[in-house]
Amino acid sequence: MMSLIIYKSILVLIVFGITLFIAMYSTYAERKIAAFLQDRLGPNRAGPFGILQPVADGLKMFMKEEIIPGVSNKFLFILGPSLSMLTCLMTGTVIPWGSSLHIGGGEYSLQVADVNIGILYLLGVTSVGVYGIMIGGWASNNKFALLGALRASSQMISYELGMGLAIIALVMTTGTLSIGEIAAQQHGGHWNIIYQPLGFLIFIICAFAETNRAPFDLPECETELVGGYHTEYSSMKLGFYLFAEYINMFISSAIIATLYFGGFNMPFIGRFIHEPNTLVLLGTFFLFSKIFFFIFLFMWVRWTLPRFRYDQLMNLGWKGLIPLAILNIAITGIVMWLTGKIN
Amino acid sequence: MQSLTNRSKQVSNKEMTLIERAYLPAILNGMLITIKHFFRKKATIKYPEVKREFAPVYRGMHVLKRDENGAERCTACGLCAVACPAEAITMTSAERKPGEEKLFREEKYASVYEINMLRCIFCGDCEDACPKEAIFLTDRIVPSDSLREKFVYGKDLLVEGVEENKRVDISKRQTKEVLEFKNNKELQHNRLK
Ligand code: SF4
Ligand code: SF4
Repeated sequence: MMSLIIYKSILVLIVFGITLFIAMYSTYAERKIAAFLQDRLGPNRAGPFGILQPVADGLKMFMKEEIIPGVSNKFLFILGPSLSMLTCLMTGTVIPWGSSLHIGGGEYSLQVADVNIGILYLLGVTSVGVYGIMIGGWASNNKFALLGALRASSQMISYELGMGLAIIALVMTTGTLSIGEIAAQQHGGHWNIIYQPLGFLIFIICAFAETNRAPFDLPECETELVGGYHTEYSSMKLGFYLFAEYINMFISSAIIATLYFGGFNMPFIGRFIHEPNTLVLLGTFFLFSKIFFFIFLFMWVRWTLPRFRYDQLMNLGWKGLIPLAILNIAITGIVMWLTGKIN
Repeated sequence: MQSLTNRSKQVSNKEMTLIERAYLPAILNGMLITIKHFFRKKATIKYPEVKREFAPVYRGMHVLKRDENGAERCTACGLCAVACPAEAITMTSAERKPGEEKLFREEKYASVYEINMLRCIFCGDCEDACPKEAIFLTDRIVPSDSLREKFVYGKDLLVEGVEENKRVDISKRQTKEVLEFKNNKELQHNRLK
């Protein structure tokens, strides 16, 4: 029991560290990719190829003057970014980063907590994440920030529905709510994307909206809202908000890769390598390559598409994605009935 | 109507088809365009290490030339100040004392010669107006500063050094055609002198 707790704590710390590290370098990657897509070079001064840029950025964030507006609710003002950060870090615990390692007779799962309602936990925690934005926007006592926060919460509600419905169809085919189980089921090339292409499309669009990334970045719209929900924030509190967005992006990519793209599975690899522990570590490697691809996709889309207008956003969510998701559920049900999976 | 570029598109109010309304093909098309740029050659020039080449006719900071013996060519005639549309040039003239022949080519010289670089529009009219081949615009850039006073450039900054290696090369601006042009009395601009 004790060793299990120690093992899990170490795993949590590692997941934490990796998440923060990847989020840190996502900021760098974002700038580099943006530059490359626009025929520029991007940061290249701090260190070779500018790889020390995130360190410099972080240092700058810490050194900046910290301003808390006098009219704001101080407690909530500080709570906002902390909550954003907390919730997005919490989601990393239910993602299976690989199957189980066998060390000295013991079996060590690379998933911190294989709760059997993992998907519900994910949906719940990500919805709490919007409280961070909402509280921050409200506590600033600034109309622009409040508008940004309102947009964020209404967008979150609209797209959470579509996402939930897309997942229902997925749960119908997999028959489980445990993420570890879903990942394991996709062994041998049975990736869910093959069975749920429409569901995947809906899910990924909703994931874009939930992470507040372009083209869904209405909560932070410089042209209309000065800065959006973080208008009044400065220094590292602003850094937390921006950082939370990158962590969210990483976790979203991990979820997409796990739910629809086989997670740590890679077809045919078992034919060449038989040593189980190597296979597990390779699986983690594959998972991360999938994650990086999706992070790249997030950025690629961001620097391609312009931001939605607010009514377009709402139309897409309520009149587009939700009916489509319901249709998807119906189709999934009919196909399952026809193939005799249910009777 | 003839279009100026080959990129113009016919506009119409036609209803969008279902595929078009789904936007996905358009989005994928856009992403294809951006990813192509990902692999393109970048337009950025890494400035301090790599410098962009200027066109030979680039007009940057002025220089007041000396002649072969190292004497200042400017005779403080004031023609450049008159020609300057921005009124950036001011000068005070002085008489050459005996024994200063090495320093100044003519009997009159500019004891003070100032160009206000904030007013100057780098049109090059001063260069055209000068009858003594004294003032030229060069490929040097006027450095930036945060104080306005520092942009009034006196002789200390404008006159080139005496030593061979401190001379400023203006041969690109002083071609045979330019000299011919300057000596052509038919032209309005040269007649005025
Ligand atoms: S370049 Fe034009 S504006 Fe500048 S000093 Fe000469 S004449 Fe005046
Ligand atoms: S026109 Fe030439 S010679 Fe006359 S004052 Fe100007 S620089 Fe000197």
